[in-house]
Amino acid sequence: MSCCAPGAEAIAATATDEQRAEEIRLASRPLGNGLMQTSLAVPDLHCGACLRTVETALGRLDGVELARANLSARRVTVQWRADGEVPQIAQALERAGYAAHLNDPDRADGDEALKRLIRAIAVAGFAAANIMLLSVSVWSGADAATRDLFHWISALIALPAVAYSGRIFFGSAWQALRARSLNMDVPIALAILLAFAMSLYETANHGEHAYFDAATTLMFFLLIGRALDHVMREKARSAVTGLARMSARGAVVLRDDGSRDYVGISDVRPGMRIIVAAGERIPVDGRVETGRSEIDCSIVTGESAPEAIAPGGAVRAGTLNLTGAVTMVAEATADDSFLAEMRRLMEAAEGGRARYRRIADRAAEIYAPAVHLAAAASFLAWYAISGDLHHSVYTAIAVLIITCPCALGLAVPVVQVVAARRLFESGIMVKDGAALERIAECDHVVFDKTGTLTADRVALADRGDIDADAMALAAAMASQSRHPYSRAIAAAAEGGEGRVGDVTEHPGFGLEAREGENLIRLGRPDWALDDATGIDDPVVLSSNGRLVAGFDFTSVPRADAGAAIAALRQMGLEAEILSGDRPATVRALAETLGVARFAGGVLPDGKLERLAVLGGEGHKALMVGDGINDAPALAAAHASMAPAGAADIGRQAAGFVFLRDSLMAVPLAVRTARNASRLVRQNFALAIAYNIVAVPAAALGYVTPLVAALAMSASSIVVIANALRLNSGAKASPAGKTADTGPAISPPAGVPAE
Amino acid sequence: MSVLLILIPVALFLGALGLGAFLWSLKSGQYEDLDGASQRVLLDDEDDRLER
Repeated sequence: MSCCAPGAEAIAATATDEQRAEEIRLASRPLGNGLMQTSLAVPDLHCGACLRTVETALGRLDGVELARANLSARRVTVQWRADGEVPQIAQALERAGYAAHLNDPDRADGDEALKRLIRAIAVAGFAAANIMLLSVSVWSGADAATRDLFHWISALIALPAVAYSGRIFFGSAWQALRARSLNMDVPIALAILLAFAMSLYETANHGEHAYFDAATTLMFFLLIGRALDHVMREKARSAVTGLARMSARGAVVLRDDGSRDYVGISDVRPGMRIIVAAGERIPVDGRVETGRSEIDCSIVTGESAPEAIAPGGAVRAGTLNLTGAVTMVAEATADDSFLAEMRRLMEAAEGGRARYRRIADRAAEIYAPAVHLAAAASFLAWYAISGDLHHSVYTAIAVLIITCPCALGLAVPVVQVVAARRLFESGIMVKDGAALERIAECDHVVFDKTGTLTADRVALADRGDIDADAMALAAAMASQSRHPYSRAIAAAAEGGEGRVGDVTEHPGFGLEAREGENLIRLGRPDWALDDATGIDDPVVLSSNGRLVAGFDFTSVPRADAGAAIAALRQMGLEAEILSGDRPATVRALAETLGVARFAGGVLPDGKLERLAVLGGEGHKALMVGDGINDAPALAAAHASMAPAGAADIGRQAAGFVFLRDSLMAVPLAVRTARNASRLVRQNFALAIAYNIVAVPAAALGYVTPLVAALAMSASSIVVIANALRLNSGAKASPAGKTADTGPAISPPAGVPAE
Repeated sequence: MSVLLILIPVALFLGALGLGAFLWSLKSGQYEDLDGASQRVLLDDEDDRLER
């Protein structure tokens, strides 16, 4: 299986079938006809064969009525009969070789806002095409009676089109005006309405020029830009929020009468006793009552070594229970847990980012007043010179129409959609255009260690000096356990199983087996050895209390971590590691990867402080992290990326989420965003050049409807063509693909999905 | 002139027909999975129709 989301995979593999069935039931929504619908994100869907494998595998399950895979959205929708058992959807997908993540049940499949935009585009396009046909015959010299007739027909077509498709602009402009501010929609709405009103007046008075075609083509082009912007944001949102993990949506509560209930995580109250099986996440902050185990805190604190817990010990929400079942007493609700504390830090940290103004908004702030002033000035000038009210108003409106930010409305979204599309093909989700704009400005990159620079698993270090027999024995015992250390030992020795039977696991201590007369123990030194002084290996193999071998572990760097850091350095981004793990571990990794600046044992607010210091020095930092403890830093940094296996909270805070294993996604995202930002600036330059020519012509009264139509269409097409260069230029370097993922099918350039 | 009175309504009617067809295809979900549709045409049938 390709490891698109190593973390999620690990969790899914340890959950029991009943838990997963319950997860799926909680994440499904009833369709009303006795069917339930579940939506799963399957990032590994690549081609037609995948569609077929997935649909066949799911279609065979009992109770499944319909399984439909969507290649564009990398999503599978399953409808199943609610009266039977929950089908084993996740297991079937896993057997077929696909990792799956549950989608949010609240999201309906269709995107209503997008459909509304597309309907508006269709209506505006229909009106624009037909009015343009009529206009062409007027321009080529229809006689007065025919011209009037054509103008009236145009008015009849334009009226419903403006009323239907224009609502989107009118609503937004009205809201901006009520908030006493200007956005790009104010000049757009004014231009459309005034053009329509003036043309109606001209038509009624048998005038020569009517701008119905300008009003409708304007709407058509601008709606396209609007829809592209929407497609990008929506696609990323559904992909990112859809990655909800198959874990900790509920907890098994032990009632006083001994019965067990599975309750939703928001219904857990302090004082409740909760059973946490091995392989489950701790649902809320609490204290262990009975049982011993070890917990993996890597996603919460960044600490990579498992921590032993015993009765009385405190446990934090989000940590993973590894070896034994424990009963814990909840001490906080889900809303008061560690997670919520991080959320509060995040909200405080997000202030800086909320102040960021998107480049299009900054442009609108200058553009809208300039356009209105130009129109007002030409009205006053003409009225002062000629005293002809009709002609003055006519010229002023012509200025408004010709300057209407057609090209500006397209300049940014087209480029960003093309960029997002390219990143999506490389397995990187972009949350919105602002994230693309911000990451292009970054000159510093801060990495978290555990789960970001390193994979979620550990590996055995220096196995050279371990005796082969001891190694085989240890591996045979370790293969019986799910503890990360055991897995590392078992993975290091291939083969050599079946030599010991009857292995018992002592949660929190280790594994025990008998070999003839000898008592073999594999586990913590102070438990396995009679005398553990002077042993600093975390795990030892002992026979009757005497040391046989010691095992040490290192974390495995993610694929391409070193290459990614080198590539970033080449692009001018200096790397730095901030980790919650022990300083010694961080130092070792930093030296392997050649990173000069690093700090270990950093708390969440320590990361925030470091980012604030960087900001104070004038740096713009890109934060790459995955843990719950990284979430505030992800929210505070100028731009942020998270792997798909990250904690929900971190993934939602990040501007980018990368689905594949390779860290090359980081330089790829920066490079693409920088190219996009260059093209956006070029497009703005083109739009300004266009206005420098067009505005004087309009103010002098040379802009007839024919000239307006030509100028507006030409400028829009130039801007779109320029944006598409991003696609052709960047195709040459298909970085960010890992060896184990098949080649992505590239869809036609520039076509928005859905 | 009189020919216009026939031709223009005919042209507008045909255009409206096209618009209606597009809006219908949008509503019936034919644009939900464009990548998938281009792949599905290459698959053999048997399991292609899961709607029973």
